[in-house]
Amino acid sequence: MDYFAQQLINGIVLGSIYGLIAIGYTMVYGIVGMINFAHGDIFMIGGFIALISFLILVSIGLTAVPVILLIVLLVSMAITALYGWTVERIAYRPLRHSFRLAPMLSAIGMSFVLSNFSQVAQGARVKPVPPIITGGYTLLDQNGFVVRLSNVQIIVVITTIVLLLIFTWMVSRTRLGRDMRACEQDQTMAALLGVDVDRTISMTFVIGSALAAVAGMMYLLYYGLVDFYMGFVAGIKAFTAAVLGGIGSLPGAMLGGLAIGLIETLWSAYFSVEYKDVAAFSILIIVLIFMPTGLLGRPEVEKV
Amino acid sequence: MTVLEPTSAPRAPGAAFIFKKALISALVALVLFSLMIGIRTEAGPTGQLIYWTRFGDLAALVAAVFAGSIAVELLRWRWGPVGMVRIVPPGVTSALALARRAIAPLLLIFALLVPVIFYDQRYILDLGILVLTYVMLGWGLNVVVGLAGLLDLGYVAFYAVGAYSYALLATNFGLSFWICLPLAGILASLWGVMLGFPVLRLRGDYLAIVTLAFGEIIRLVIINWQSLTGGPNGVSGIPRPTMFGIPLTPGDDGLAAKLGIEFSTTHRIVFLFYIILALALLTNWVTIRLRRLPIGRAWEALREDEVACRALGINITTTKLTAFATGAMFGGFAGAFFATRQGFISPESFTFQESALVLAIVVLGGMGSQLGVALAALTMIGGFELFRGLEQYRMLVFGVAMVLLMIWRPRGLIGHRAPTVFLKHSQEISSDLVKEGHG
Amino acid sequence: MNGETILTVDHLTMRFGGIVAVNDLSFTAERRKITALIGPNGAGKTTVFNCITGFYKPSGGTMRLTHDDSRMIQLERLNDFRISKQAKVARTFQNIRLFPGMTALENLMVAQHNALMLASGLTFLGLIGAPSWRTAEKRAIDRATEWLRRIGLLERADDAAGNLPYGDQRRLEIARAMCTEPALLCLDEPAAGLNARESAGLSELLLTIRDEHGVSILLIEHDMSVVMEISDHVVVMDYGVRIAEGSPQEVRDDPKVIAAYLGADEQEAIAVMESGT
Repeated sequence: MDYFAQQLINGIVLGSIYGLIAIGYTMVYGIVGMINFAHGDIFMIGGFIALISFLILVSIGLTAVPVILLIVLLVSMAITALYGWTVERIAYRPLRHSFRLAPMLSAIGMSFVLSNFSQVAQGARVKPVPPIITGGYTLLDQNGFVVRLSNVQIIVVITTIVLLLIFTWMVSRTRLGRDMRACEQDQTMAALLGVDVDRTISMTFVIGSALAAVAGMMYLLYYGLVDFYMGFVAGIKAFTAAVLGGIGSLPGAMLGGLAIGLIETLWSAYFSVEYKDVAAFSILIIVLIFMPTGLLGRPEVEKV
Repeated sequence: MTVLEPTSAPRAPGAAFIFKKALISALVALVLFSLMIGIRTEAGPTGQLIYWTRFGDLAALVAAVFAGSIAVELLRWRWGPVGMVRIVPPGVTSALALARRAIAPLLLIFALLVPVIFYDQRYILDLGILVLTYVMLGWGLNVVVGLAGLLDLGYVAFYAVGAYSYALLATNFGLSFWICLPLAGILASLWGVMLGFPVLRLRGDYLAIVTLAFGEIIRLVIINWQSLTGGPNGVSGIPRPTMFGIPLTPGDDGLAAKLGIEFSTTHRIVFLFYIILALALLTNWVTIRLRRLPIGRAWEALREDEVACRALGINITTTKLTAFATGAMFGGFAGAFFATRQGFISPESFTFQESALVLAIVVLGGMGSQLGVALAALTMIGGFELFRGLEQYRMLVFGVAMVLLMIWRPRGLIGHRAPTVFLKHSQEISSDLVKEGHG
Repeated sequence: MNGETILTVDHLTMRFGGIVAVNDLSFTAERRKITALIGPNGAGKTTVFNCITGFYKPSGGTMRLTHDDSRMIQLERLNDFRISKQAKVARTFQNIRLFPGMTALENLMVAQHNALMLASGLTFLGLIGAPSWRTAEKRAIDRATEWLRRIGLLERADDAAGNLPYGDQRRLEIARAMCTEPALLCLDEPAAGLNARESAGLSELLLTIRDEHGVSILLIEHDMSVVMEISDHVVVMDYGVRIAEGSPQEVRDDPKVIAAYLGADEQEAIAVMESGT
């Protein structure tokens, strides 16, 4: 039972990270109808930016952990958002009216560019960091098994919740959020009504990338390492989460993320670690075949 | 969108405009590269993270972006927007058409003669074998993506099934290459049908990502099922093909001895070259014939409009499954060949990057065009070879090339489709009219 | 049921979530006759078509197709391609669905897919170039050529279907449907977007199909000149229900029908409906 409780905690933390990435997928698919294959690699870039920022701040003598965390958070969000913006401008916007395959292949190309860019720029080896946040709380201590809730885990979950609240407020209350929802429904009409479609789409990518950056930073804090390949697998899992929750639905993305995180953690704990990725990919296939609208999505009727 | 060229040249953009754009690009590049290029991290000798600065590189890159941005703006002014149609004089058009018709037979003759011309250059022969392998893979995937319009991002799975089928059958049961070749094809096409069944109702991006997931699952299963596949260590000692049962070895029972000529390792390479050439030509011949048969026409009709197909009484399910199975079969053949050529296979050869590469070849070639796919394979693999020694930049350039290709020529090199039956004359159909299919 | 009825639609209902698009609709279509289904936009006509041709599964009701040899087929039990293949029901679409990247001739060849697949021995005979296959292919090309000649597109047989002018595309789509050798041909607004001369040509084509090929036609149409000129029987729908049925003249003079089309105001419409049968 204690083992299970620990896995539950771990699963929720991992799920929060996946959820943050999944939001980017679901927003982009909702507004431009494409799977942003490069989004997972944006997450990876976010992790790298966070890593390097940490290094610089520590080496110039900053020691106050909350200050460091805040600065790293803002810096990685800002820079990674710029990456997302640039990718959209260069690789997707010119293809918006091209045929369906073009943006997808362009995205795949962009994914290769980003992951190999990191490899070339920072070397192929995994980069470890010493734990920046240590300590935690012991929740249960019986039968010789300890259930721990570490400070890192608390920070990850709280950051996720705060961002989710800010973000939900933004989508439902602000002008930008309304513009996004309008573009999701009917781009042409939105444009005719005065919505700057280009800018709205750009902002969608920017926000998605910023959240992915946060996920990258959380990943770095939690696992203590980044490598140039982590975007590929995390990307597919996060997309699975987005589909599971219902593509186009923000709470769905978070829900899906938690689900995938829990499934992956519990599967590794109780079945086999080697096949945990296979489990995640299989879920993607099963969901898309049997439940393509996901848990919170809306069903579509084919018009003939 | 095609726009006719205006009779007068467009107004030249002002220097200030170009400068401003270049400055913004440079600024963006500065921010993007500041940390990733400016600082270089590495795991230090004692396991902790160390770093050093590379501001020189950073400055150089930013300057390059600035200059590049200016260059792009100037080119855009000279050449006009992407996708603009240039009116070509009819003499040139007919000359080009003639050249196009001549290319295919010329290429074929050249391919047949490569081992003769380059007999002593092992490097060229190996490159030729590599190119032909990808040509075959491209032609195989072309059936699925180009003809039937089913977006398959996991083609490498069939390649892997074919390779491992031959490897395991040969090393465990001692079966010869020629027996295993059809078996590999059958096993791969069975996997193709199994892949096809669940994805029948999926369209577009969803179909693409599910096929990607299938491809990854195969690779992960291969890596982890060590008892069967040897895991990350792969399978080694895979036997080479024999000519009518006679091995190409130096000994007395080898082919060289039987023919009374001196043994040379080049014989084997040449033999392999002609095998892959034969396999590729078989793929090509079968595809061309199938296109003219109802099944091939149904594939193309499926790509054009699935709903209309249903209304015409065409069984969409079997049509899709046969497309997957046929494409998979050719992938399986190619995989078996790959295994016998290398003598050793491991899961590292069957990554998503391979699927993306083959898909890029099919799209670059102009989906559905046999000649286009062959030329595209030649270009891509040849291009890759130029990066020997700069391997780390290879995939980076590949990614950039894919993006540029999609922006510049999303329909590929060959911009039209040839009809499969005609009354009076075969008119090539511009690819603007041909649908790309959604699966 | 007399042997003259080819299609019997009985209590057909189609619901999409909370919306009832077709509500307890019943009508019959007679063999070798042209039956028109008319009504204001949104009346549910295309939905009925989609049910009959297997694109929607009806929420309730039955649709029975009776062949020449008295064989009966329940259409609601068949799904998509089988309706064309087994029940021999063909259709065209409101927004033309040709294969734009294929030539006119190729479009007509695709229509003969099932016959050709059998003749090619599920492809294998075709691969080896067996003479029986070659004969069958020639026959198919001849049939396609004949239809092209009939619709006046023989000169453009090798042109891409996407390049043909609109009127030609409409006729090609009908010819393609006819190449499947149907018993019942369902046409969804075949005259949409055609000018007067083209509409007259279309009427002539449909009459030829009815008289020379013995094919029964079910037609959705807004162009009243075509409806009046060629229909043997008219069914009028509004808001998913049948509001009138009869010969073209009877329906034209029916006050209920007039009210529906004119969008008569509430009082009048209700009074008219309540005074009816």
